[in-house]
Amino acid sequence: MDEMTAPAKAGLADRLGAFFKPVPLLGYLLGFLFCVLLEQLAGKGFSELLGLPKMPVLFGVLTIFKVVAGLVNLLIKGDAFAWATLVQIPTALIYLSVIYLIPFCVVARATAKPANAIARYLQGMTLVVAVLVQLGLMYAVLHVWSEVSDYRLITLKLTLVAVLFTLSLNIINGYMGEFSCSHPGFMAIGAYMSSLFTVGLFTNDKVLGDAVVSFSGAYLSFPLALLFGGIMAALGALIIAIPSFKTRGDYLAIISLAFLFIVKSFFENMQALGGSRGISGQPDWATLPVIFITVAFGIWTINNFVTSTLGKALNAVRDDEIAAEAMTVNTRQAKMTAFMFGAFWAGVAGGLLAHVLRYVNPAMFSVQKLAEVLAMVYFGGLNSVYGSIVGAVSISLLGEALRPLEILKWIFIPLLLILVMIYRPTGLIAFKEFDVRQVFGPKEVD
Amino acid sequence: MPLLQVSNMSHNFGGLQAVSEYNLNLDPGQITGLIGPNGAGKTTIFNLITGIYRPTVGSVCFDGVELVGKKPNDTAAMGLARTFQEMKLWRHMTVLEHIKMARYSKLTYGLMGAFLDTPKRRREEREATELAMEYLKMFAVHQFAHQLVVNLPYGAQRRVEMARAMVIEPKVLLLDEPTVGMTPDEMMAMIEVVRQAHERFNLAIFLIEHRLKVVHELCQQVQALVFGKVLVEGTPDAVQNHPKVIEAYIGEQEVEF
Repeated sequence: MDEMTAPAKAGLADRLGAFFKPVPLLGYLLGFLFCVLLEQLAGKGFSELLGLPKMPVLFGVLTIFKVVAGLVNLLIKGDAFAWATLVQIPTALIYLSVIYLIPFCVVARATAKPANAIARYLQGMTLVVAVLVQLGLMYAVLHVWSEVSDYRLITLKLTLVAVLFTLSLNIINGYMGEFSCSHPGFMAIGAYMSSLFTVGLFTNDKVLGDAVVSFSGAYLSFPLALLFGGIMAALGALIIAIPSFKTRGDYLAIISLAFLFIVKSFFENMQALGGSRGISGQPDWATLPVIFITVAFGIWTINNFVTSTLGKALNAVRDDEIAAEAMTVNTRQAKMTAFMFGAFWAGVAGGLLAHVLRYVNPAMFSVQKLAEVLAMVYFGGLNSVYGSIVGAVSISLLGEALRPLEILKWIFIPLLLILVMIYRPTGLIAFKEFDVRQVFGPKEVD
Repeated sequence: MPLLQVSNMSHNFGGLQAVSEYNLNLDPGQITGLIGPNGAGKTTIFNLITGIYRPTVGSVCFDGVELVGKKPNDTAAMGLARTFQEMKLWRHMTVLEHIKMARYSKLTYGLMGAFLDTPKRRREEREATELAMEYLKMFAVHQFAHQLVVNLPYGAQRRVEMARAMVIEPKVLLLDEPTVGMTPDEMMAMIEVVRQAHERFNLAIFLIEHRLKVVHELCQQVQALVFGKVLVEGTPDAVQNHPKVIEAYIGEQEVEF
């Protein structure tokens, strides 16, 4: 934007936007890498210096909300409140600024020029190299960040799983525009079937019996377990896909909700799979690199699909099915693909979830799970890969940050959702194509 | 043998006889018009031919193949393209995506190709884009290629819809009131677009139209449809001046109520 069209008094958001405009993804990664390294070196000492009880695990946000929760409890229930903890709010903010915000902004902006040069050089080699190098760097950042505590590690893992799960639902609800409520059901099938594979074959278990085989490289079969879970979920999706040929809208939503209940009560009553207590003792194979690679691969295939003409057929079916048919689109094939492909990745996400938590039971796949994933999809934005990533990450982290507020959390998050739905009815970043070349490439600024 | 032959086709909606004993012979390169008052069943005939509805009785034969029982996407892929009276464009898609979508049945890279972004997919998508741009130029809408179709002026939207039907490479084109809601200038431009497409591809066209000017300019043969029945068939002039047609449009001279 040139000087003439820019508003005379730019708002804070505009100025921030202009400040970060020349920064490519690589610059942000470098900025964040600097922060996590800084925290690892100086985080502990600095938090002691500030008088914080321990090093903040979630950027200090959790510390702040703990204090807020104490105040709320004082007001509502009259619980005792240690007034001295109030000082933790400003100190946590100082920690956040000194360790994260300021270094992040400074490093990201300062390295914009060299980062652009490197990005340009990488893209000159081939796109694949550019993407792999930057994904590797991203993994390194997350790895260092999550090393600090187990809490961080599990939060990160669950967030990554949520990203894949949300994006897989976006295929059906966003790209094809059907309101499907069956997604936690697909996740349940994936979680159970991959657990059946790993626990049944490789571990001694009360429910599923002794190990069938046992060898040291058994973890290499984990991709097969995930694939098995995904395929079974995709087959389960046929139960929804076939009625979708004849039914749309509210009616299909009700059918899919019924499917969710059928799956849940099936697993509750299936004593061979542990009944309502489920299966536990999954091997610890869902490590951070495994999850990172699986989720990245999932996003890649989904993005490939929705940017191809075969995938755009889902949009055509959503916007006008009769026109789609008249233009040679096989709408049955399109619908079946959307449901089965979405269910496949939901099943894989379920397999990962079961192995992150190392247990699976029917209660995990209740209507609450449905509400959560729908919130992520609609908050982030329909018909958009960016939207699903943003939605899943922000709702997951928000849920964690507001955890000290306990039950009040379920007032804040829905309230936020209502506000988003009023001001941006299709979500934060809807209908935006995720162009890999642009995301991982340099930012050209003249 | 005609390219598109409809014989003895009837269709009921519940108890309502929407189309009765309808016949059509359309030769290659011929333009036939279908006129008639609102509710006469013109669009229903289109829907019956393309497979959206299944005729109660009768047959639709296209290029030697029976179409009754085939789904609309199959009839379209065989070379029977159509446009819609209310256009039916996809509101969240760009102009270029519209045209590429009509190549759906010609793509061979398959789902795995789409998921894994194989070289074959890239090649076919690139070829589809190039072809689509050619068609957009032909219909003078290429400057809008990357815009959402809802942001285009009305006349341009109509041309996009024509281009979308033409990129199927049809042998027969069914046009459902292509000039509805147009200004006289836009109408003349549309007549020119249809005529050029007809000459360039030796296309057979079956056209529903209310405006007799369009019918006169384009059609060699016209059918007048009233209450699902063909009342008169012949050259545009003969049909237009036929007393039964005038009666159907204007009403009987002595109305008894």
